[in-house]
Amino acid sequence: MAEIRNYTLNFGPQHPAAHGVLRLILEIDGEVIERADPHIGLLHRGTEKLVESKPYNQSIGYMDRLDYVSMMCNEHAYVRAIETMLALEVPERAQYIRVMFDEITRILNHLMWLGTHGLDVGAMSIFLYAFREREKLIDCYEAVSGSRMHATYYRPGGVYRDLPEKMPQYLKNDFRKPKELEAMNKNRQGSLLDFIDDFVKEFPKNIKQYDDLLTDNRIWKQRLVNIGIVSASRAKQLGFTGPMLRGSGVAWDLRKNQPYAVYDKLEFDIPVGATGDSYDRYLVRMEEMRQSNRIIKQCVDWLRENPGSVMSNDKKVAPPKRTEMKDDMESLIHHFKLFTEGYCLPEGEVYCAIEHPKGEFGIYLISDGANKPYRVKIRAPGFVHLAAMDEMAKGHMLSDVVTIIGTQDIVFGEIDR
Amino acid sequence: MTEFWQWIYELFPWFDGVFASIVIILIKAMALVAPLMLVVAYFTYAERKVIGYMQLRIGPNRVGPKGWLQPIADAFKLMTKEIIFPSKANIYLFLLAPVLAIAPAIAIWAVVPFDEGMYVANLDISLLYVLAIGSVGVYGIILAGWASNSKYPLLGALRSASLLVSYEIVIGFALVTVVMIAGSVNLNDIVMAQKGGVLNWYFIPLFPMMIIFFISALVETNRAPFDVVEGESEIVGGTHVEYSGMTFAVFFLAEYANMIFMAVLAVILFFGGWHSPFGGIAYLGAGFSWVPGIIWLLAKSTFFMFLYLWIRATFPRFRYDQIMRLSWKVFLPWTIVWIFVVALMTQFKIGPWF
Repeated sequence: MAEIRNYTLNFGPQHPAAHGVLRLILEIDGEVIERADPHIGLLHRGTEKLVESKPYNQSIGYMDRLDYVSMMCNEHAYVRAIETMLALEVPERAQYIRVMFDEITRILNHLMWLGTHGLDVGAMSIFLYAFREREKLIDCYEAVSGSRMHATYYRPGGVYRDLPEKMPQYLKNDFRKPKELEAMNKNRQGSLLDFIDDFVKEFPKNIKQYDDLLTDNRIWKQRLVNIGIVSASRAKQLGFTGPMLRGSGVAWDLRKNQPYAVYDKLEFDIPVGATGDSYDRYLVRMEEMRQSNRIIKQCVDWLRENPGSVMSNDKKVAPPKRTEMKDDMESLIHHFKLFTEGYCLPEGEVYCAIEHPKGEFGIYLISDGANKPYRVKIRAPGFVHLAAMDEMAKGHMLSDVVTIIGTQDIVFGEIDR
Repeated sequence: MTEFWQWIYELFPWFDGVFASIVIILIKAMALVAPLMLVVAYFTYAERKVIGYMQLRIGPNRVGPKGWLQPIADAFKLMTKEIIFPSKANIYLFLLAPVLAIAPAIAIWAVVPFDEGMYVANLDISLLYVLAIGSVGVYGIILAGWASNSKYPLLGALRSASLLVSYEIVIGFALVTVVMIAGSVNLNDIVMAQKGGVLNWYFIPLFPMMIIFFISALVETNRAPFDVVEGESEIVGGTHVEYSGMTFAVFFLAEYANMIFMAVLAVILFFGGWHSPFGGIAYLGAGFSWVPGIIWLLAKSTFFMFLYLWIRATFPRFRYDQIMRLSWKVFLPWTIVWIFVVALMTQFKIGPWF
């Protein structure tokens, strides 16, 4: 009799559901997964090594490119590591701006996750609905930093600049009728804060739409409920963080458990799941978007009432204003020093973690007292989650692997670094 | 129609015998297939436009006015593309597969009555013909999956084989109820039995069967949410993975021709075919009597074709085993029970329809 062997399927790296460059070697028996072996490294750019060769400030841009759907959160971890080493005071307004943009980033990330997860499971339209809102938030990024994705907005000591007073508007062109243009610019008449405020008001309605489309949809539930169950204790053993851990029912959130920035002054709740399946993680992330919306609202209100500096006064870290440089020798020297040599960190090491949309994103930084780090290790949440792929996918079917990739919210920028 | 042929015969007396019948059949076939291909082409355009608007997009709008020439451009592109043969594929089977897919998809249209007396062939067993020819189409997909000698297509072919077999049974049972009420397996007679207004159509007494038939039609034609055979996010393109250019286009044509056929079949079986919905109603019936039957048929089918697109834009994809469960554990018992109900009702003449 012929020997019966399992089918070995090479899933990716060029696969529409591979979320970039995931390569899975699947051993399948019919359609049932016997073994799932993730291969990584196809997007390795050597970020950790690159960071070692540059002054601290020049590496902020690399952080954007780690998890390229939650850019400012990555920056936050990095600048906070540097600030901790320097024992630098950050103005409260800058802290609030950072928290606001962290939460905008969280919504950005979760919208991206929702859209791609929907596509993975086969619901096409949700992707474009999610991108409708994403577009507005990316416009906020652009308004504040000039860049739609890789913002490099957070700097050690604060943020690059204060929030703009005017929200950029759509321009006239041949394809837009005057009325359309007016409708497009309707919520862009005031400042950036007005625009965000308007978004915050509209967003719950949009989440309701996603809810209507998916949450109680029978097919959606059939595809997600009881798929990729991870128990609470196993999730802890595997090192899960973020929604993956909370989906399993562990109420662990760095924003609550180790508050950083101004999270201790804000009101929000931590959603947790019950069974730890894909559907629970879906619900947790949906609720997180609502909570982020709440946080943004509180930040907007605070920022409206409290103008002030957004950058530390420490001249050895924060660059001088451009205008000051023109007639102040001291400022010119500081500028020259900061943008050539940079600043030095005291000898020592630090681990600084923040609650990234995907989990605990940490920067472990060792300094030998020079103007660049001796070593930087990035703790990427997706890496840990991907490592559990085999365990989560075993015994499920081929289609469920795609659901599990979606529910893990994998982005290869951070996994391969 | 017969007067027309009589007239032709009087005009050209030599036009007779086997030669004449072959020519007539060819003309009829051309008159059917050419518009069909056009409808398929513009159905793809409609799909992209409709789903586009549902997804806050615009859809194709560059080629020609409002993008109307897009399907033509697509066809031209596919025709000029290189056909790639996988190096270890069985080329004969690889090329036979698209042919096996498109041939039944077109042949099945032969028995469709578009209007009173408007058909290519009036078979007494036309419904059986539909079932028989419809099942042949699966060979195209299975062969494509096997001949490609590639892993994703093989998975797609396996899924397709098991799904189509299961749903043939469900569709068969659903059709039996129609046959029982109409008392005929001739599509023409089935439509004639639904003569009269909207109340005489079979979707009222056979409502569950209509739903089951329509859902099964989605499975048979590999449409979302049952498109596991293609399952772009799982098995990338299923059986189509290794096909390019015209070979792929032929599969595409077959799939869309089948879709349109299923919509038309649903109308013929459950929605009174070419009959006007207002027949038998005092003023409306007379007021709309000038509308040709084919218009009614096409209008009703268009609604079902729109439903295909609507469903595609709305639902996530089923998992393969869930579709199988739906067939064997939900639809099959339902159809069998309903066959009993219909049998009793027809036997004892209960209700207004039997």
